[in-house]
Amino acid sequence: MSDTALKDKPQHAGFLKNNLREYGMLISLFAIMIFFEVVTNGTLMRPLNLTNLVLQNSYIVIMALGMLLVIVTGHIDLSVGSVAGFIGAVAAVLMVKFDVHYIPATLICLALGGLIGAAQGYWVAYFKIPSFIVTLAGMLVFKGLALAILAGQSVGPFPPTFQKLSSGFIPELVPDAGGLYPTSLAVGAVLALGLVWLNFRGRARQEAHHVETEPYGFFVAKNVALFGIITYFAYLIASHRGMPNVLVIMTALIALYAFVTTRTTIGRQIYAVGGNEKAAKLSGIKTERLTFLTFVNMGVLAALAGLVFAARLNTATPKAGLGFELDVIAACFIGGASAYGGVGRVGGAVIGALIMGVMNNGMSILGIGIDYQQVIKGLVLLGAVCLDVYNQRRA
Amino acid sequence: MNALLEMQGISKHFAGVKALSDVTFAVRPGEIHALVGENGAGKSTLMKVLSGVYPHGSYDGAIVFDGEERRFSDINASESLGIIIIHQELALVPLLSIAENIFIANPPGRFGIIDRGAVHQRTKELLAKVGLDESPDTLVTNIGVGKQQLVEIAKALSKKVRLLILDEPTASLSEKDSAALLDLLLEFKAQGIASILISHKLNEVSKVADRITVLRDGRTVDTLDCHDGAVEEDRIISKMVDRDLEHRYPKREPNIGGPIFKVTNWSAYHPLHSERQVIRNVDFEVRRGEIVGIAGLMGAGRTEFAMSIFGRSWGQKITGRAEMEGRPIDLSTVRRAIDAGLAYVTEDRKQLGLLLAEDIRKNVTLANLPAIAPGRIIDDMKELRVASDYRGRMHIRCHSVFQETGKLSGGNQQKVVLSKWLFTDPKVLILDEPTRGIDVGAKYEIYCIINELADAGKGVVVISSEMPELLGICDRICVMNEGAFVGEFTGTEASQEKIMRAIMRKGEQRPMEALA
Repeated sequence: MSDTALKDKPQHAGFLKNNLREYGMLISLFAIMIFFEVVTNGTLMRPLNLTNLVLQNSYIVIMALGMLLVIVTGHIDLSVGSVAGFIGAVAAVLMVKFDVHYIPATLICLALGGLIGAAQGYWVAYFKIPSFIVTLAGMLVFKGLALAILAGQSVGPFPPTFQKLSSGFIPELVPDAGGLYPTSLAVGAVLALGLVWLNFRGRARQEAHHVETEPYGFFVAKNVALFGIITYFAYLIASHRGMPNVLVIMTALIALYAFVTTRTTIGRQIYAVGGNEKAAKLSGIKTERLTFLTFVNMGVLAALAGLVFAARLNTATPKAGLGFELDVIAACFIGGASAYGGVGRVGGAVIGALIMGVMNNGMSILGIGIDYQQVIKGLVLLGAVCLDVYNQRRA
Repeated sequence: MNALLEMQGISKHFAGVKALSDVTFAVRPGEIHALVGENGAGKSTLMKVLSGVYPHGSYDGAIVFDGEERRFSDINASESLGIIIIHQELALVPLLSIAENIFIANPPGRFGIIDRGAVHQRTKELLAKVGLDESPDTLVTNIGVGKQQLVEIAKALSKKVRLLILDEPTASLSEKDSAALLDLLLEFKAQGIASILISHKLNEVSKVADRITVLRDGRTVDTLDCHDGAVEEDRIISKMVDRDLEHRYPKREPNIGGPIFKVTNWSAYHPLHSERQVIRNVDFEVRRGEIVGIAGLMGAGRTEFAMSIFGRSWGQKITGRAEMEGRPIDLSTVRRAIDAGLAYVTEDRKQLGLLLAEDIRKNVTLANLPAIAPGRIIDDMKELRVASDYRGRMHIRCHSVFQETGKLSGGNQQKVVLSKWLFTDPKVLILDEPTRGIDVGAKYEIYCIINELADAGKGVVVISSEMPELLGICDRICVMNEGAFVGEFTGTEASQEKIMRAIMRKGEQRPMEALA
């Protein structure tokens, strides 16, 4: 019966060419890392610097996950930097001025973030006001509110347990292992093994259903590389102070969002809304509600990013979050999301964020001033998107 | 007779695919020359070669216009000689006025300052020429598609036109507007303007054309001269598809059961003008295994009626009762309408039906994700099975179900949309212009699918502007005009004349009397 229909002729010849776009981003990231590794004489990949790199970029990655969904539905959120800053300020006021315990304070902040997202999403989804305008307004409002509740001053320090959100590391089970943190290394290795196992399981399933799969040699090489790279990074991280807490949070969120976007009905529907809102609506999808929810989600993630950032600085300042939205949006577009909606992957957005992060970090190590850093970042953004558009036209 | 245009031995390749091979095509001065062929036969490609969209050098062969060989580098080069093409998708700016649209490229005036008086005056003259009674200041968005088509033609006339190329000009026009447009072509002919008419509607073609050239698979099959006696449609079709179509509509023995879906006293108002009642207290019923056609002119309210039923997707202040299998159902949202067993296949599959950037698989399952996602997590292998199954059943021609739907032909896209709705397992399907812009071969396949659905005991409603199609496939035809049903015929008693008469009679009487 349908078995014959399923059997699509494998065409290995064009395989790499067809998938170049998917791997192109990853290759670019590695090229950029190798470049900076060389020109900084190995400073980039030093365990200390690598840990810093993770800490510095965690909040961008976290927000990029939410931004990707917003962009996929065909919208944009310019307010995330201001919201993150505002939530950091609220957290500081709650914990420092009112001595609220950090757990309820965190929950309040996340809920507040969701509320902010809901307030903005409401206008976008149900009143059909362009998201650019709504969130531009939100950007001003929350920047102003952050200034107001901090009364223009920095507020800190946070309780030590809260600081652990950003500056803490996962507990080491094996005491005294001579500078290496075996637990962190083991966690990394298990993660790598898990990913490889998932890949093999997926391939077996595909083969069972006669779906075209990538060439076996390539598949094995890919998994070996995947395992090797993750374990190596885990090793580097483990040889400094172990795995930062925020890396665990980040990884879990990436996995969650990758799963939601690719494997769940709600993920599928979000892409449908972005791809063709009218067709999605006529297919019974509640397009308004989905748009609304992506903004709520963005708000919560912006709040989380604000908390992580505040915990990292150990103080809330009125300038916190300034310009984050630009990095976050750039990360999504570098990662292959389409400004017209419907297209974009979680993996791409994360890689985009890492490309931005590595460049920031590498250029800082090289001593390039903030002025030219921005010029270079801008050009990279334009170049990446141009390349993407060019590739799509050719296809 | 000397030809105005001669295209000699035109060949064109796209990345290894031969789109045109050795096509010869000639147009005489002041003739209407129809160009017909299935989708993908190369009609549009040929016209793009002619108009300079594909510049000289990107094709083989020669274009001779006015006795000289021409090598167009771009579309401006061909326009300056008076070769004007009007594309299928209208290229008007909706929020500019008619006058601004007509003179968008080179408005009269000096030093870049537009002479508004001259624009207005010349637009008026042009509109009079095409018989369009609208103010030059009317925004294009406020006039219907038929009138927009006339604006496009007026725009063409604003340049010195010697050869007018119309690509499917009547695809989205009602019979009346189409007839007016064809009359206009005949008038141009009298003035000595030659036209190339690309059309799927063979009745129109045989009405106005002097000669008909048939393309198939990028080759000229034949050029028929209509003055050598009448050209039968079936003869053209058999040339187009290279097979004798014994019947254009598949045979079927209807097996009609009891009522399955019924609406009573259904009303809807215009979404923007809340005082304008568009659907007027309509009663409508479909039986099990029955194919019901809804005939009517453009703007009669057929699509509006269907969409107002389907989850209130159109209009406001919608009232009325709906029943499925004798039980009242809630049609307040699209989801509820789907759950109640209703499916609506839109007339505009690109804008409203498909995710063009997504693959076939994701389009097929979109309206019924729960069926492939137990616990909201998608079982991708089950999804693949479903999509492949429909691919086989509906004969969707593609190299895999992972192919983007945007890259499929119109007929295959329509099959994807149909698959999507069949996967929701509906009891009643409303198909709005199911064969619009689809070539003859694919049309036949769609009709077969419609028949199968009816034979499976579903109720099928077909909305179509092509009367022969309704007459060919329906068991019963309801005629709609100005938002109400004004006539009903069984498939055997119906005829084009009777349907048209029902529509025209309605215009003379008050709405409610006509229903009696």
